[in-house]
Amino acid sequence: MISLGLEGSANKLGVGLIQHPKSGGPAAILSNIRHTFVSPPGEGFLPKDTAKHHRSHVIRLVKQAIKEAGVKVEDIDCISYTRGPGMGAPLQSVAIAARTLALLWNKSLVGVNHCIGHIEMGREITGASNPVVLYVSGGNTQVIAYASQRYRIFGEALDIAVGNCLDRFARTLRISNDPAPGYNIEQMAKKGGCLVDLPYAVKGMDCSFSGILASIDILAEKLEKRKGEGEKGWRDEGTGELVTREDLCFSLQETVFAMLVEITERAMAHVGSRQVLIVGGVGSNERLQEMMGIMARDRGGSVFATDERFCIDNGIMIAHAGLLAYRTGEVTRLEDSTCTQRFRTDEVFVKWRD
Amino acid sequence: MDGPSPPQPPLPAPFTHTHPAPTLLTQGAEALLYCTYFLTPSHPCALKYRPSKPYRNPILDKRLTRHRILSEARTLVKCRREGVSVPGVLALDAEGDGVSGGWMMMEWVEGKTVREVLVAGAKRRKEGRDDEDGWEEGVTALMGKIGRAVGRMHEVGVVHGDLTTSNIMLGPLAAPQQNGVTTNGEHMEQVGEGLGGEIVLIDFGLAGQSLQDEDKAVDLYVLERAFGSTHPEAEEGFQEVLKVYEESYKGAKVVLKRLEDVRMRGRKRSLLG
Repeated sequence: MISLGLEGSANKLGVGLIQHPKSGGPAAILSNIRHTFVSPPGEGFLPKDTAKHHRSHVIRLVKQAIKEAGVKVEDIDCISYTRGPGMGAPLQSVAIAARTLALLWNKSLVGVNHCIGHIEMGREITGASNPVVLYVSGGNTQVIAYASQRYRIFGEALDIAVGNCLDRFARTLRISNDPAPGYNIEQMAKKGGCLVDLPYAVKGMDCSFSGILASIDILAEKLEKRKGEGEKGWRDEGTGELVTREDLCFSLQETVFAMLVEITERAMAHVGSRQVLIVGGVGSNERLQEMMGIMARDRGGSVFATDERFCIDNGIMIAHAGLLAYRTGEVTRLEDSTCTQRFRTDEVFVKWRD
Repeated sequence: MDGPSPPQPPLPAPFTHTHPAPTLLTQGAEALLYCTYFLTPSHPCALKYRPSKPYRNPILDKRLTRHRILSEARTLVKCRREGVSVPGVLALDAEGDGVSGGWMMMEWVEGKTVREVLVAGAKRRKEGRDDEDGWEEGVTALMGKIGRAVGRMHEVGVVHGDLTTSNIMLGPLAAPQQNGVTTNGEHMEQVGEGLGGEIVLIDFGLAGQSLQDEDKAVDLYVLERAFGSTHPEAEEGFQEVLKVYEESYKGAKVVLKRLEDVRMRGRKRSLLG
């Protein structure tokens, strides 16, 4: 069975085709392409510009994906699209594209929860059977464990998502958004080494990032002000070294990732699991993967992570999760093929797992 | 948990020379809990060791470890003084040697965690042995006791910070058995399967002192979610926790009101309820 997936809940437009063999066994990725809307330094992506980006690229991407997959339209069984959560305008433009294709080709539609797409694709690629999932991206921060046919949320961000915290600090420093602000922060953090004091905000199983962002923004301002003082500038109390922008990126990463690893470890201890799966855009950060790997190893377990093709929003994960649901008989009727900005991971009844 | 048990970091001095060696009971997220003895082998105690976390930056790690051991000890001492049922503090070292972490010794608590009790109960029900011992009523009574214990803790101005069913112990019904504790951990087996016994709150690693309704409401919210995620079958019973909690002290009603706000606050929570 073949499913075509369309993803466009944020600034990435992704189209992918996946095939599930009739006899079972691993899924075959036929094609997986993506086009990213990149905003100028110091700016985020606005919904209307992002929606426009998606509208102007979707036809070309669908054509290219089908061509790369080497399949005929008749071979496709269903069209899967992101139903939510995400930004309203981009979601709508992709939902319209999905409906159009379904009517044009007379195919079934399947609306997919974006978070479930990430989780299922991560499981499929890594082979992790029943992991605790850390889903970290620009819009979501959740620690998830599966129980009784639902992905249950153990802990989550109480305010902004961790990726949003990183993205916005990149804006403060006016770092490039190409290929992604988080990636550029990661590269700068590799050159930093002095840890400045930031709040550590774990609350129960949840965490909070907005206060940390406010604190580091203040520190960035302080750094900017004292830049002209040269040797007399701001020095770290411990090491006596001059504090740099790179140190701020380093400190931000060390602090927020320590919080994420801590709540993930707590969830693992609570459910008695030794596998961790990291999904979402921030999951492609190598420092986060490294920290999570050390934690998992010390617990006698292992970490599963995917590379940017599957971590960062993509069409194939929507195709995959859509096909899993379609195979259990689930279809979204045309009149129900809406999209929504709010759609929690635990709202989805997971029919395809025991 | 299946598979071989996770490797453990070595204990710091002076426990390197304790004889017999401390027995590991659980490896929690933050700390390792050992059963050992205090001063004489006839005086059992719990040793909570917080190893340094190699994944964390060393400066951040030291800051967090020190802060948590001290605040945990302070909170336990306060609870003890105010009559909340918690293990007492015997000794601690928050600094350690600066590399391996810190530790705290506490009184030994007999019994099982509420999580163990509920999971065992759910399993028996699945096997069709559900109505053998008035299980439903027992669970309701247990929920009431939890509500009262949490209420008393909040009344004296302590918030737990990680109130899950793994952190609530249910003591044995009868008087403690003689030699109930052995160093090989067999004491677990000697406790009955019932739902009676006294509630003891443990693991104050993330606790703090607060009079704010917000913090207390978050405590209840964490407990509610722990029920929802690990004991879906006991989710309705949680209403009983809240009912008894409400009557347990004067400020409880305001906290429950606040709990509704906290529930709505999770990101992207459905606005329809």
